[in-house]
Amino acid sequence: MDNQVFKKTIGLTEKEFSYCPGCTHGVIHRLVAESLEELGVIGKAVGVASVGCSVINYEFFDCDMQQAAHGRAPAVATGIKRVNPDNIVFTYQGDGDLAAIGTAEAIHAAHRSENITVIFVNNAIFGMTGGQMAPTTLKGQKTTTSQAGRDPHLAGMPIRMSEILGQVPGAHYVERVSVHDPKHIIKAKRAIKKAFKNQVDGKGFSLVEIISTCPVNWKMTPVDSINWLKSNMIEYYPLGVIKDGDSND
Amino acid sequence: MAKVLMKGNEAMALAAIKGGVDAFFGYPITPQNEIPEYLSRELPKLGKVFVQAESEVAAINMVYGAGGAGARVLTSSSSPGIALKQEGITYMVGSQIPGVIINVMRGGPGLGGIQPSQADYNQVTRGGGNGDYNTIVLAPEDVQEAVDLVKESFDLADYYRNPVMIAADGLIGQMMAPVDLDRPVPKIDLPEKDWATIGTENRKPGKDGKVECNTIVSLSLVDTVLEDMNIELQKKFNHMKENQQRYELIKMEDAELVIVAYGTSSRICRSAINDLREEGIKVGMIRPITLWPFPEKAFNEIPKTAKGLMTVEMSMGQMIDDVKIANNGRLPVGFYGRCGGVIPEPEEIVKACKEFLGGLNG
Repeated sequence: MDNQVFKKTIGLTEKEFSYCPGCTHGVIHRLVAESLEELGVIGKAVGVASVGCSVINYEFFDCDMQQAAHGRAPAVATGIKRVNPDNIVFTYQGDGDLAAIGTAEAIHAAHRSENITVIFVNNAIFGMTGGQMAPTTLKGQKTTTSQAGRDPHLAGMPIRMSEILGQVPGAHYVERVSVHDPKHIIKAKRAIKKAFKNQVDGKGFSLVEIISTCPVNWKMTPVDSINWLKSNMIEYYPLGVIKDGDSND
Repeated sequence: MAKVLMKGNEAMALAAIKGGVDAFFGYPITPQNEIPEYLSRELPKLGKVFVQAESEVAAINMVYGAGGAGARVLTSSSSPGIALKQEGITYMVGSQIPGVIINVMRGGPGLGGIQPSQADYNQVTRGGGNGDYNTIVLAPEDVQEAVDLVKESFDLADYYRNPVMIAADGLIGQMMAPVDLDRPVPKIDLPEKDWATIGTENRKPGKDGKVECNTIVSLSLVDTVLEDMNIELQKKFNHMKENQQRYELIKMEDAELVIVAYGTSSRICRSAINDLREEGIKVGMIRPITLWPFPEKAFNEIPKTAKGLMTVEMSMGQMIDDVKIANNGRLPVGFYGRCGGVIPEPEEIVKACKEFLGGLNG
């Protein structure tokens, strides 16, 4: 094994992922775990699993974990971080969790500039419950609760949580990334690692939104999902840094 | 220590500090605001945590996180706020997280009012949250008992790894009373919190040299696993039922009528009992201190002279269900209650007792 150039991160357990084929949660889990490993903080890490497809990610991340009620992960993370500030505390939330039921908790954790890291996975749909419309579902997108396609007159236009959070004075760093190809995965890794490094450096609330796929509920093949993400999701959810407190220093 | 004159809410806040609280998370609501106000001033001086949350929902979930991380945690609220906390409370029970919740009860339903009430009896003893669960509910009668119970509640919560609720009411929260903050309370020898999520590097390795990850979770997707988890929880609840029933018996020996009342109601009933006895009517009282577990054992001590039970509540009758269960059909059960923030006068209770007794004798 002298010529080994890649190995699985110590931040992940041996447990096999429960995610559907073509789902990008697996890639994102790896990026989070690698970031924790590379920063040398896996032993200090306490993650907060949310409600959604990633609800059992406490079986995948090889660190202490708490499982939170739907939408409440940033409040749970606040409690953990405030009593043990030396821990590296992160939430891992989907768009159903963070952009719907957990809107208040997300905004107010940013507002208080809680020194935590939020990993926000946006695939424009409620995945685990079987493909219902989310606040992030695109205009015209068909889901089980918008069967003729999302009608903005009935359901509003999709919400851009990162832009909202970028307006919150307490938010230190907000960036939107995607994981649809290797180039973007490398960029996503950089953003996630920065969001954790910010916490190590005590800079306050950092959030990375990751545009993600849901082939099963989008009713597409994995390849078609990637193409749909590129041509539809990124158009409405532009990638890039939305707020970086470092650049204002 | 000498007694000091303190408002009930502030005394409970100071009692929490004496009980070793590490962190408070809460949201403003009348009539309990002096608790967060006091702690916002005092906790930071001690290097401890105070956070005003964006909602009661967020506050109880902060309690969940901090309690799961091993801290002694407090939140306080009043009735409609407690309704919002029920989600977090059932999660805490399911994930076996200790914590203390002070409920300074006010009138309902809905927004109700801000005056003292006991209309949360069902909410605090049955739990508004989902699933088979219980929390220990301690109901102080006055400010001194509120102080003692708050101090003790943190040990109880840690011992059972379960939330403990203090069911006070607006009168206890708002009244000034002389209290001894250092009156000794029972102490429990507690094991180390080796289950807390403090990061793997902060725990000692096991025999195999490895540190297992700690997980705080109430989810079990396998039905039999979830059933087993519930059976384990029931063992704790049964232990509480066996060991934590608390009550006071007042003038019971020769009583022909036994009042059952708790909190502010029981304090008023003490006056009513004295007035009735001056008239030669022998009335005693069972005063539940734990609302859950309900002190059923007290009902075995009802004397043979008793002809009936009289439940007195600052609600339209909620504890009366538990009184009937504990009584198990042995004696007739009467009821007198005021609600909406109206506090009954001793004379009303005297009259109600006489009428009830008259009906029994007639």
